[in-house]
Amino acid sequence: MTTFLELLANGISVGAVYALIALGFVIIFKATEVVNFAHASLLLAGGFVVARLHSSIGFWAALLLGVAGAAAVGVLIEFLIIRRANVSSHSVLAIVTIGVDIVLTTELTRRIGTEVLALGDPWRDQVVHLGAVGIAQTRVVALAVAAVLITAFLLAFKHTGWGVAMRATAEDPETAALMGVRRGRVSMGAWAVAGALATVAALFLCVFPTPGLDRSTTFAAMKAFPAAILGGLDSTTGALVGGLIIGVTETLMSGYQNDLAFLGRGIGDVAPFLVMIVVLLIRPAGLFGTRELARV
Amino acid sequence: MSDKPGGSVRILLRSAVLVAAAVAVPFYLEGFWLQAGLFAMSAAVGAIGINLLTGATGQLSMGHAFFLAAGAYSYVYFASDPGPGLAGLGLPTPVAAVLAVLTAGVAGGVFSPIAGRLKGAYLGIATLALIFLGQHLLFNAGPVTGGYNGRPVPPMELFGFAFADSPALVVAQVPFGALERLWFLGLAALVCAALFARGVLTGRPGRAMNTIRDHEIAAGVMGVPVARYRAGVFVLSSMYGGLAGVLLALVFQRTVPEYFGILLSLDYLAMIVIGGLGSVAGAVIGAVFISLLPQLLTRYSDALPLVAEPGSGGVSPAEAARILYGAAVVVIVLFLPGGLLGLAGRLRPSPNRRIASASTAEKASLRPSPETRN
Repeated sequence: MTTFLELLANGISVGAVYALIALGFVIIFKATEVVNFAHASLLLAGGFVVARLHSSIGFWAALLLGVAGAAAVGVLIEFLIIRRANVSSHSVLAIVTIGVDIVLTTELTRRIGTEVLALGDPWRDQVVHLGAVGIAQTRVVALAVAAVLITAFLLAFKHTGWGVAMRATAEDPETAALMGVRRGRVSMGAWAVAGALATVAALFLCVFPTPGLDRSTTFAAMKAFPAAILGGLDSTTGALVGGLIIGVTETLMSGYQNDLAFLGRGIGDVAPFLVMIVVLLIRPAGLFGTRELARV
Repeated sequence: MSDKPGGSVRILLRSAVLVAAAVAVPFYLEGFWLQAGLFAMSAAVGAIGINLLTGATGQLSMGHAFFLAAGAYSYVYFASDPGPGLAGLGLPTPVAAVLAVLTAGVAGGVFSPIAGRLKGAYLGIATLALIFLGQHLLFNAGPVTGGYNGRPVPPMELFGFAFADSPALVVAQVPFGALERLWFLGLAALVCAALFARGVLTGRPGRAMNTIRDHEIAAGVMGVPVARYRAGVFVLSSMYGGLAGVLLALVFQRTVPEYFGILLSLDYLAMIVIGGLGSVAGAVIGAVFISLLPQLLTRYSDALPLVAEPGSGGVSPAEAARILYGAAVVVIVLFLPGGLLGLAGRLRPSPNRRIASASTAEKASLRPSPETRN
């Protein structure tokens, strides 16, 4: 029972981190209708900045710079590439982001090399005990930070002018533009927010119990894709629920993998994708996604 | 273009010259280039497959590497004799190759409930699952796949003729080893694959596929069974992937699980975008480009600026190649929608320009325009 509670708590915390990544992914999709396959490399970029700078300027300053850096990379991608692309189908733009991803990931993994970079976080490997249940401090912080960021984002999305502009653009880009919404700014903002959220997620993907940032971090980040898809690509609620489902399943399946030995070693890493396939078989648009209706 | 009198003769002549050149290659080139060429051929077969799916039908697939793995590993499984800790059926190799292609097709068919319903980028992410599942299987199904170490690949044997280094064979004073012999096998497979795909694309199924890509609802209204077509093309493309996997296994002579990861799938997407979406020639051009670029950079790394020897800390040739073609994907989508093939069409000398522009106009009318879109 204790193990189960520990795993559940860890799972929720990991899930919250996936939700951060998935949220960024969904925001970009809502604002620009681009499925951003470069999201994992945005995350890697933010994490890399933090890892490289924390020893010289301190952790918090490095984190700030990392957030700003990944946001800037996101804005640059939007400004230099996505905006210039004059294509008929958004599927083609998804391929463009794959190209961007190839370039960014190759360069970053080259710089990382075979090293495992520590991010210099202040929580280290301390464990909090709640009764018999022990949880790493990093997991508690991750959950708290993710909850704060997600709440803040959802409130901003609902109540600020920026949020209204973004929702209007997602609803109907042309009408929004006619109403005076600057679409360029909205989509740039979406990419910046997504980059910033990804950096925070990178931080919590790489702290204890994970050894640090290395070239396999992109694979960890890719587990957020199923989170976004199974929740529904155009739903922020879906991103949150999807993230949690993925996180909890993954942690539980890794935790009990000795009992699941017939499925093979490392089943936890595959679990997110299995869950996604099952959900897609039942609901092709995801749990909360709007089913696409077309009028002829 | 073949409507023009003499056009078909010219095409025949051109392909005859190409085939003659391809046949002559093993007599002149050294092993390094032969191997690179064989990789390119195998990649071309796989790229034709994914171009049918992504280019012609508009279904994004990031899981192509999985089908290559399915083909490669099932060939090894069917053809190997059972060894210590390894299972195998010990079937004759040609039978094993055919079964391997079919297995890849079945794997695609199992995925068809999803492949038939999802479209575009949604399918792209769903197919990511195949990569991760595939890797998991390759590492864990030890008796079949050999786990981390992979398995040796038994050489192909066709009517008593082995595609291996022994027995020794000398043709026109050139020693014919495994690479030289495989060259012809690869060439035959590529030509058959290309002709079949051309047939699919120019015929009724091809038109249906293009209509699904351009306007799904219109396709449905005109009587195209959209879901069935999507699932069918997915199966066909996975069979192409399987064939490419068999060729690859024969060239590598050993299957290793890491190779069939997400990077390989991205390579295939890059191939068809760079070569030209939706056509057989585009897939082949892209495959040759992407397969040969790292080899060229490796070979001439000391003569090139910015590219360092592997392991010296600078940009290694493989990395330089990846960065180059990643950038190429972006640039081509933004500025050259037809890929390298489209570029070649534009640069054609003037006597053909009228025909070329006519054919592009015909093609363009297949794309949705503001008027034809509802």
